[in-house]
Amino acid sequence: MDKIIEVNNLVKKFGSFVANDNLTFHVEKGEIFGFLGANGAGKTTAMKILCGLSKPTSGRVMVAGNDVALNPEKVKSSIGYMSQKFSLYDDLSVVENLRLFGTIYRLSRRQIQDRTRQTLSRLNLYAERNRLINTFSLGWKQKLAFSSAILHRPRLVFLDEPTSGVDPVTRRQFWEMIYEAVADGITVFVTTHYMDEAEYCNRVTMMVDGKIEALDSPSALKQQYGVETMNDLFVKLARK
Amino acid sequence: MIEISDVYKKFKGVEALSGVSFRVNQGELFGVIGPDGAGKTTLFRIIISLMLSDSGSVSLWGLDPDKDYKKVRQIIGYMPGHFSLYEDLSIEENLRFFATVFGTTIEQNYYLIEDIYKQIEPFKKRPAGKLSGGMKQKLALSCALIHRPRLLVLDEPTTGVDAVSRQEFWEMLKKLQKEGITIIVSTPYMDEASLCDRVALIDNGRVIVSGTPQQITKGFGKSLFGVKNDDMYKLLQLCRLFPNTDTVYPFGEWLHVTFKNDAKEADLQDFLKQKGIENPLVVPIEPSIEDCFLGAKS
Amino acid sequence: MKTFIAFVYKETLHILRDYRTIMVLFLMPVAQILIFGFVVTTEVKNASIGIWDQSKDNASLQLIQKIESSGYFNVENYFINKQQIDAAFKSREIALALVIESDMGAKIMQPGGASVQLLADASDANTAQILVNYCSAVISDFEFQQRLLPNNKSIPQVEVRMLYNPYLKGVYMTIPGTMAMVLILISAMMTSLSITREKEKGSLEVLLISPLQPHQIILGKVAPYVVLSMINAVSIVVMGIFVFDMPVVGSWFWLFFINLLYILLSLGLGIFISTLANSQMVAMFASMFGLLLPTILLSGFIFPIENMPVPLQVLSHLLPPRYYVEAVKIVMIRGGGFLYMWQEMLVMTVFLVLFLGLSIKKFEIRMK
Repeated sequence: MDKIIEVNNLVKKFGSFVANDNLTFHVEKGEIFGFLGANGAGKTTAMKILCGLSKPTSGRVMVAGNDVALNPEKVKSSIGYMSQKFSLYDDLSVVENLRLFGTIYRLSRRQIQDRTRQTLSRLNLYAERNRLINTFSLGWKQKLAFSSAILHRPRLVFLDEPTSGVDPVTRRQFWEMIYEAVADGITVFVTTHYMDEAEYCNRVTMMVDGKIEALDSPSALKQQYGVETMNDLFVKLARK
Repeated sequence: MIEISDVYKKFKGVEALSGVSFRVNQGELFGVIGPDGAGKTTLFRIIISLMLSDSGSVSLWGLDPDKDYKKVRQIIGYMPGHFSLYEDLSIEENLRFFATVFGTTIEQNYYLIEDIYKQIEPFKKRPAGKLSGGMKQKLALSCALIHRPRLLVLDEPTTGVDAVSRQEFWEMLKKLQKEGITIIVSTPYMDEASLCDRVALIDNGRVIVSGTPQQITKGFGKSLFGVKNDDMYKLLQLCRLFPNTDTVYPFGEWLHVTFKNDAKEADLQDFLKQKGIENPLVVPIEPSIEDCFLGAKS
Repeated sequence: MKTFIAFVYKETLHILRDYRTIMVLFLMPVAQILIFGFVVTTEVKNASIGIWDQSKDNASLQLIQKIESSGYFNVENYFINKQQIDAAFKSREIALALVIESDMGAKIMQPGGASVQLLADASDANTAQILVNYCSAVISDFEFQQRLLPNNKSIPQVEVRMLYNPYLKGVYMTIPGTMAMVLILISAMMTSLSITREKEKGSLEVLLISPLQPHQIILGKVAPYVVLSMINAVSIVVMGIFVFDMPVVGSWFWLFFINLLYILLSLGLGIFISTLANSQMVAMFASMFGLLLPTILLSGFIFPIENMPVPLQVLSHLLPPRYYVEAVKIVMIRGGGFLYMWQEMLVMTVFLVLFLGLSIKKFEIRMK
């Protein structure tokens, strides 16, 4: 299988503080890859590097065939990104947001039209397409944000805690959208602190204090450590 | 005993609480479980007399938060969401402030917070803003306890905190229960419901069901089945196609499925095999609190 | 290029959909131009003048009539002695006093000539200068007319005395004004941020739940700032005295007292703003624009209130800094005591009670 992300000996230091301590892992094309860990473990730092937003202190990181240190711009244009802090512009409407992101990612007018229509019908929002984002609930905002992030059909999409604060039903709808995207050939790299969501991933990695403490499929890890849930696994690893 | 009866509250035309009722017994560890926006914070603010309900009543051992708010505020220890500590004051200074404001001293009720405080004491001169989530949690709990309240009201104390600290926190709460303190906790994490004596599941301002965790899961009413295979997405779509499927929800590695009538697992297995799934696994499973929550929603 | 345009379009939409930005872009400039246009005027109209006519003859009456009809002056008072003049100046009834010596009519016909004395309140050096010039012009005109009459040979001498500020120092205006501005800004801004910060952080909830009473919380928040602001006030006065040679003609005690009063009302105002504002940003903006600009423009700091159109004069009555500036000038420059300032102090006390009282009342024991 293709490796869409290859990380070799990634180190990121801030002054003398080592946020990422010699990380080595890869993500295969078409995977749902879960990036887990407590706040402050180094997840966000690593993700920023993978997205081309920050440069590694040392090590080699290849994303979608591009070296993040040498071609961060190429990396940015071949990925999609969605974070819990920011999704869409509150004071723009649904279509305005979709068109904006489509234009920023250099889709043709035709493509923007087609894909906007597709997104609206998939989410059943055609009637609400001119409503401002701030009139939608959090769950809808996040579903829309995800659709925006994959509008330009990137090969890889990064989701930073996408389901924080959302009710259980909406969370599941969101994960169905992720499944759908993966079925369409998009690789999904997701961080979450809902340990039960880790189980939706093909493989997960658990970061503790800047290092990777575990890397495998959820069922393999549970067996290896003799625990029943991913939450128990987390507790076990964090307490080591 | 604490009695909440038919509480309504509207904000800007939206009903945040629509007839919430439940009871909390003396000395209980009571959980209010529900997702964001369910109304947990609003409910708590009404209980502790910080807000007035539009209608309905609250009784804390006979006291009314509306009329007897002064007395109510003496017996309550409150920990709001996001902890609300004074970030530029040190751990020690925070604790001393809350003790003084409640007319007591740190020494007086130290025994109550000793176990908790000992874990953060080495950092007592550090400003609260520089603490990790878990430490803030412990400090906020200490500050809420320092005047030996009769009722501890904790609004989402485990949100945004790592799993280890979450576990430790619940262990601390259980210990406090032994001191005779009644505790009401809210959380969006359904799995934490099983750690409580009794719970109320709340969504969109309404109580879906309340009782002991066992009572609630027993009340699920239907048979629940776990379905598993390699291609979960395909499986999900196929289960939806199965004519006897009532609900199907992804639950990580498994799908949780309920049937419309007396359909059996064998029926679903046959259907899936027909559609090309090799060796589909369909087994009966025990419902969890989350299953009950989702079941009530559909 | 297309992406650039898309981005510009998005930014435009943000701007148009944010009513606050629209207000700043369009309303503010209009408001400012109007206010500045009316306020910043160097003309003086209807200045209050008092006259001590020691002659009471035809000539002096003619002069007085000329002054009255000049349009620049309103004759407020006719004095009969020096004390009355002093009192009138101290209590700011008049900006200018004209003393016409006795037997003007007769003296005009003498070679020595008649003389008049112009006394001006030079606390506001600019206005004093202007008024003196106007009045001198009127007197010159009068003198010219007199000369046309037969028998009149000489001109009235005009002796000018600038009271309180003989060297016409501008700082006499600016220091009190600066104090008004600095103290209200610092005090109000600091306290306005205080409560909104707790609101934003969420720690206010815990305070409300505690046994602390609203008045304890409010006064508790005000107290540390009283000391800090007094230090500020003292520094400014000291600098005014030693660096700018400002006098303190009146009593130190009253100076201190006025400052304390003003500081307390500013702190109260700040707390009141913070009970209304929900975020620190709003509180800051309200303090800055609601307090800074009106203080500078309408309190008599730089531009004399008497010269403003009536609506703005009325507006300035609602501004605490106006009374403070007045009181400070009375104490520092004119040496007046309580008797001359009691009105200003009363108004400031009313403001103080009003702001603190409203704050305590508005400070809900519950959230909405």
